[in-house]
Amino acid sequence: MSSEPTAGNPAGSPPTYVLEFEKPIAKMEQEIQRLEGLQGGSGRDYADVIAGIRGQLQTALRQSYANLTPWENVLVARHPRRPLTRDYIHLLTKDFCELHGDKLFGDDKAIVCGFARMAGHRVMIIGHQKGRETREKIEVNFGCAHPEGYRKAIQKMQFAAKFRVPIVCLVDTPGAYPGVGAEERGISRAIAVSLMEMSRLPTPVVAVVIGEGGSGGALGIAVADQVAVMQHSYYSVISPEGCAAILWKSAEQAPRAAEALRLAPQDLKRLELIDAVIAEPLGGAHRDPETAAKNVEAWVGKALRDLRRLKTETLLRRRADRLRKLGSAFIETPPTEPAPPAKVRTRRTRTASAARE
Amino acid sequence: MPDKPDAASQVRRNVDVPEGLWIRCVQCGAMIYRRILEEQLHVCPECDYHYRMDAQSRIAQLNDPGTFEEFLRGLESSDPLDFSDRITYRERLAQAKVQAGDSEAIVVGKGFIKGRPLIMGIMNPNFIMGSMGAVVGEKVAAAAERARNESLPLLMVTCSGGARMMEGMVSLAQMAKTSAAIAELDASGGLYIVVMTDPTTAGVAASFAFLGDVTLAEPGALIGFAGPRVIANTIKATLPEGFQRAEFMLEHGFIDRIVHRRDLRSEIARIIDYCNK
Repeated sequence: MSSEPTAGNPAGSPPTYVLEFEKPIAKMEQEIQRLEGLQGGSGRDYADVIAGIRGQLQTALRQSYANLTPWENVLVARHPRRPLTRDYIHLLTKDFCELHGDKLFGDDKAIVCGFARMAGHRVMIIGHQKGRETREKIEVNFGCAHPEGYRKAIQKMQFAAKFRVPIVCLVDTPGAYPGVGAEERGISRAIAVSLMEMSRLPTPVVAVVIGEGGSGGALGIAVADQVAVMQHSYYSVISPEGCAAILWKSAEQAPRAAEALRLAPQDLKRLELIDAVIAEPLGGAHRDPETAAKNVEAWVGKALRDLRRLKTETLLRRRADRLRKLGSAFIETPPTEPAPPAKVRTRRTRTASAARE
Repeated sequence: MPDKPDAASQVRRNVDVPEGLWIRCVQCGAMIYRRILEEQLHVCPECDYHYRMDAQSRIAQLNDPGTFEEFLRGLESSDPLDFSDRITYRERLAQAKVQAGDSEAIVVGKGFIKGRPLIMGIMNPNFIMGSMGAVVGEKVAAAAERARNESLPLLMVTCSGGARMMEGMVSLAQMAKTSAAIAELDASGGLYIVVMTDPTTAGVAASFAFLGDVTLAEPGALIGFAGPRVIANTIKATLPEGFQRAEFMLEHGFIDRIVHRRDLRSEIARIIDYCNK
């Protein structure tokens, strides 16, 4: 795997980690690199051959990336070379001023916070950091935050909101950390408070899922006025493996679970759970982090411009309305009250109806 | 883990207690006459083990007789994902209705406790493990709204395995929706009381369940974010005894009081009085 601290994967150099469905693509990329090497060493000209392979490569990328299954999309979202929060900060911001600590317990490195100038705005950035090489991964706990991570995030967000600094959340986590310490320090409460407080921050909040949107740990920093998901990211109530283990009794059924969960961005958009899908460069953000970052910047810039025009009162009213209507996937079957239909009351009928009269 | 989780899983199918005139307590093994257990509010008279209860029994037990009025009873999931695993979600819903004796995993309504009016939501562990999908989320949000509009306290008796997988991201969204609704109730000065019962975990714990002004819990209730098995697998170690039980959460500072089931009515009434509600 890569030993670079940041993405910066120069265009054309093949990713060192190859997904199963990308093997033919990787082969072509290797061939191009081999020929380029030969060319440099021997002084012979392979330009035509290389151009030919490049053409094939583009076609192959287009074909396979146009038809990714939901599971393949999850694998791209987890690609070891996929740009991470700190890569986006590096590529998109000036003057990043990191702010640490939850002022209660510690500094959870799984969530990065700080002021920066981004897309023409002075903002507070909040993002999960999954880590690139092994040492960093361990340091940031693979992007799985503890309670102090969420408390740190909300403390920085409230600080920003006090001065009406807009907040940009970059979501990328497999989930909150399932461990003893997390439970002892109240991970449930930490996430719950984050959800509640984000719903009423008096400043614009936008969120982008840049990789993995893993369940409550992701949502914990993703309650926003506008939410976007990058094309090859996913956002799900449970990991496909977890879902498969429970419902199919086998984690190997993860591809089926990924399909059933409708966790791909297009499905989330159709369900009106997110506002936008941010396009990625052909072959995924890991092939061209700069272009991916530019697309994020464009969306964030526009979303913030629109939101900053609103009076705080209007902004908060809209956010509350939006959250109130979120995921209203129910139907009402009349008649409802006062007499309940007898058929649903199979047990304890007497107690229940007595209580109602 | 001690014997409690196994005990709990044994009674999962029949929330109350095993069928039959006599019951062997799943915790202490004592033989209990079924009618006695019911009179004792489904708490073992020998060892105080609190059995899980369906929503209707809980409603009858908490409210002054004949005062509870349900609202939004007709809401049903629209199966937004057209989900199916080994069976379709629609089939699962139909089975759950029969098993739970209710149309969803929560019943919301207005009731009275010792003469004090309040809005309440009572969850039902028999309905797909009390899981939260769009209907539960809507009912919780609507209950909070009603409490705000009528200036009444809100009571939630939580009992849930978390978000409902079969509604995917729609379920996760309910965490945001319910938490935002509690925020509005909070801003209006409303009182919100939570009673956590066995189990209160995952997406429900990490949203409206842990946002109470005051948090009560029944003894022995499993309360936490990640399931004990998931944690044990992650850390590759056995978990400390009593981990994630109500007593553990109290010790770590996340529960205000542990309250025996028989005292819930008077405790709730007392808190309402202290808050001048």
